[in-house]
Amino acid sequence: MNEQTDVKKLTFKDFETDQEVRWCPGCGDYAILKAVQMTLANIGATPENTVFVSGIGCSSRFPYYVETYGFHTIHGRAPAIATGVKLANPELDVWLVTGDGDGLSIGGNHMLHVLRRNVNMQIMLFNNEIYGLTKGQYSPTSKQGTKSPSTPFGSVDLPLTPCSFAIGAGARFVARGIDTALKALPGTLARAKEHNGASFIEILQNCIVFNDKTFEHFTLKKEAANTQIHVEHGQPMIYGKEKNRGLHFNKDKFALETVTIGEDGITEDDILVHDETNKLMAQMLVELTAPEFPVVCGVIYCDPKESYDDAVHKQVEVAKANKKADFNALIRQGRTWTVE
Amino acid sequence: MNVQTTAQNFDELDSVCVRFAGDSGDGMQLTGDQFSVVTALEGSDLSTFPDFPAEIRAPVGTTFGVSAFQINFGSVEVSTAGDEPDVLVAMNPAALKVSLEGLRKGGVIVVDEGAFNKRNLDKAGYEENPLENDSLSDYQVQKLDITKMTLESVKEFGLGKKDAIRSKNMWTLGLILWMFGRQRKPITDWLEQKFKKIPDVANANIAAVNAGHAYGETAEVSSNLRRYHVGRHTTEEAGEYRTVNGNQALAWGLVAGSQLGDIPLMLGTYPITPASALLHTLSELKEYGVVTFQAEDEIAAVCGAIGASFAGQLGVTSSSGPGIALKTEAIGLAISAELPLVIVDVQRAGPSTGLPTKTEQSDLYQAVWGRNGDAPIVVLSASNPHDCFDVGIEAVRLATKYMTPVMVLSDGYIGNASEPWKIPDITKMEKFTVKHHTDPEGFHPFLRDPETLARVWAKPGTPGLLHRVGGIEKDYDSGHISYDAANHQKMSDVRAAKIDGIANDIPLQSVSLGDQGGKLAVVGWGSTRGAIHQAVKRARAEDIDVSHVHIDNIWPLPRNLEEVLNSYDNVIVAEMNKGQMNNLLRAQYLLDAHLLSKVSGQPFKITEILDCIREQAGVSK
Ligand SMILES: Cc1ncc(C[n+]2csc(CCOP(=O)(O)OP(=O)(O)O)c2C)c(N)n1
Ligand code: SF4
Ligand SMILES: [Mg+2]
Repeated sequence: MNEQTDVKKLTFKDFETDQEVRWCPGCGDYAILKAVQMTLANIGATPENTVFVSGIGCSSRFPYYVETYGFHTIHGRAPAIATGVKLANPELDVWLVTGDGDGLSIGGNHMLHVLRRNVNMQIMLFNNEIYGLTKGQYSPTSKQGTKSPSTPFGSVDLPLTPCSFAIGAGARFVARGIDTALKALPGTLARAKEHNGASFIEILQNCIVFNDKTFEHFTLKKEAANTQIHVEHGQPMIYGKEKNRGLHFNKDKFALETVTIGEDGITEDDILVHDETNKLMAQMLVELTAPEFPVVCGVIYCDPKESYDDAVHKQVEVAKANKKADFNALIRQGRTWTVE
Repeated sequence: MNVQTTAQNFDELDSVCVRFAGDSGDGMQLTGDQFSVVTALEGSDLSTFPDFPAEIRAPVGTTFGVSAFQINFGSVEVSTAGDEPDVLVAMNPAALKVSLEGLRKGGVIVVDEGAFNKRNLDKAGYEENPLENDSLSDYQVQKLDITKMTLESVKEFGLGKKDAIRSKNMWTLGLILWMFGRQRKPITDWLEQKFKKIPDVANANIAAVNAGHAYGETAEVSSNLRRYHVGRHTTEEAGEYRTVNGNQALAWGLVAGSQLGDIPLMLGTYPITPASALLHTLSELKEYGVVTFQAEDEIAAVCGAIGASFAGQLGVTSSSGPGIALKTEAIGLAISAELPLVIVDVQRAGPSTGLPTKTEQSDLYQAVWGRNGDAPIVVLSASNPHDCFDVGIEAVRLATKYMTPVMVLSDGYIGNASEPWKIPDITKMEKFTVKHHTDPEGFHPFLRDPETLARVWAKPGTPGLLHRVGGIEKDYDSGHISYDAANHQKMSDVRAAKIDGIANDIPLQSVSLGDQGGKLAVVGWGSTRGAIHQAVKRARAEDIDVSHVHIDNIWPLPRNLEEVLNSYDNVIVAEMNKGQMNNLLRAQYLLDAHLLSKVSGQPFKITEILDCIREQAGVSK
């Protein structure tokens, strides 16, 4: 453990590197970087015990800009590399940065397994619904009909919902944030860090160059109160400028619907209370889209279980405690003979 | 004529090759393994060749379901599993059919007559029963109703018929033990131990062994069932021995390397034949701090290993050709980030899925050159089962000393084959230091040791050494990302020079048999060692001027190799591929060699190499 006593409290500036940040001006990645640096300062992260691992993409340049250890790896494979880091040294606090292409196309399989295994790390998936670095092709999260250099007539395949994928994969922590939501994002990230296991955070990120305004219908500041809902465990899911809109569970339809308190006899009691340990509820919440519904942000699902790295190291520790490591004896096990 | 065989009636042999062949379910691998152990315990030199089908349970009685185990043992050095079996044990018609071709003319065939029924004959594609016509007249055939005699011998244990028949292999083993005058006790002890919890099964199997043995001892055999004696291999060095196969030895070698370098090991891997045994062995060695990670695929496997190396442990990954292909891009990352990594390739016949259970040496190009960009790594090869142990240690040493991926080429043959091994004493083996950098003074992640050109290994968790690395080109002087043209030239040059320089840290090329200089040399690498050795030995006995040069360091090549090769008038390169080493040597040294290539999924026979030597030496037989 590192001595923390006489170390001055670090600020977000202490997590900036001397490298020039090379994203396009106005890219949503800048805001996320700031939110992460703030989070690290807030949670009192120790730079030398913190590792950022990323794949390839605009978003994956991230580690170069955070004053910690960092590994910018290859396209899609960051979850596997980060798993190796945790297996080698479980004391390290690992943050993974990936994109919608990196994490859900080429790296979809690794994403599935890192979540399923529940390796203790924070996985930030920057979803800009486009391949930024390769200049704007559509991605597995692009809306159907997206016109891009590779889909001049509009994309025909159906997109996936990252948070839904994560829940399906067995993630025990699923959250969503928005690049510009600098107030909310650090809190969500801090919760992710707190969670022991794989924490999946989808961060909606605007690519100003290739997919500008794709989230605008619910991210515009002046409309945000009506188009987003920040859920909190144990709280009724109420939103809206007037704080009078809410999510109601319609038992007959087995579906969520939006209601207005004070209309049609609806009271606060009719509003569904968020239970972050309820997987079914989480599955419904992550699929809500604007404008019919508010887009759900914050910690949507959190139901911890032992992490993979803890379980692996426990086995190692038990083996070490119960068996002497005697290599000479090992290679003499079984039948041997002597030549005189 | 009734001949009572007696214990004195032994023919003395220098070496003998026995092949056990049967259906996949007949337990031939087990029988062969156990016979090997007894043979080894009695001090003969030996080499084995388990030759099994790709199907786990192929349809019973088919030729493609035949599983065979060949053992060659002698009072002389044997070094291969034998060209032609002298004794064939065939448990059914299919086994006879597929094994007959390789059998020595005049050799002994022991068949289970009871299995030669219409159904099995049909399945094997025999129109007539070969036991009833003269198709086997070139051999000494022993027709025994092993099935029936086994059932009789285990009757008293009340097993169901299916279970009872399972003891057939033990009955046969008993007979073969008798045939070679070997003790039964190690087998019966082992059976007792193995079936401790089901005493009926243990006793039935023991009874079968004894019955098979007694049959030999007492049978009034009209055609004489002969006995053979193969003595101890007396030239072996004194010491404690065991049998070991290549996969086991390699796994232990890696752990030994980790112990000697005091660097914990993390294996990331994905199951594949014939490499899975490495995972199975290492996953049991947690008390040595070994962590094993069965990843979702080979890419994740190598990436996990690279992540571990980044974090300061030694990442190891293992696979066979198809899996190595998947790892390729990630190996490039380890080269670029200059991280230690050991990659084990237990080669099998390709391309694509190829022949998963058959051996080949056709991943040499892939190992040396198979990556995008100029991406040099170290490539070592193992040439017999026990050599795998030393190669494992060397791979750990070089990877950590030079901060580089090291690929170890083994193959399906040595991976599965076993041999006697003089067990080393780890406390007497040379240790090596693996250093993690700790000094923040003037630190950057690509600071190099001026001698080895290795960069410093600064692991996360170390105060004062925060840094970022990746696959983008790094600035030579700061380690920051750099797109500068001249810098890329410099970095490419230094990566190549680092690997080339390792030629000064590996043994010089020696001549394994014969002299340096002369008319002819046979050059080989990897698992062809034994066959080439024997062929060259026999050729020299025929007064042919020929030597054997075996290359263990594939990349970089030993610094004197060119000189050694040039000292012969003519060179044969013998390899189990279409000429990969031959081309490598031609590319490096303009060597104009004669290629002896074999890609039939089977190891070289000694005679195939000997014939080539004679032909190249201008000697006709
Ligand atoms: C093996 C491989 N294939 C393709 C690429 C090219 N490539 C780099 S980034 C990328 C897509 C990135 O999209 P995303 O993950 O969404 O990241 P963004 O740039 O949008 O942040 C692709 C296809 C590559 N670097 N490596
Ligand atoms: S291309 Fe898009 S995602 Fe990439 S840096 Fe520019 S704005 Fe950001
Ligand atoms: Mg993207």
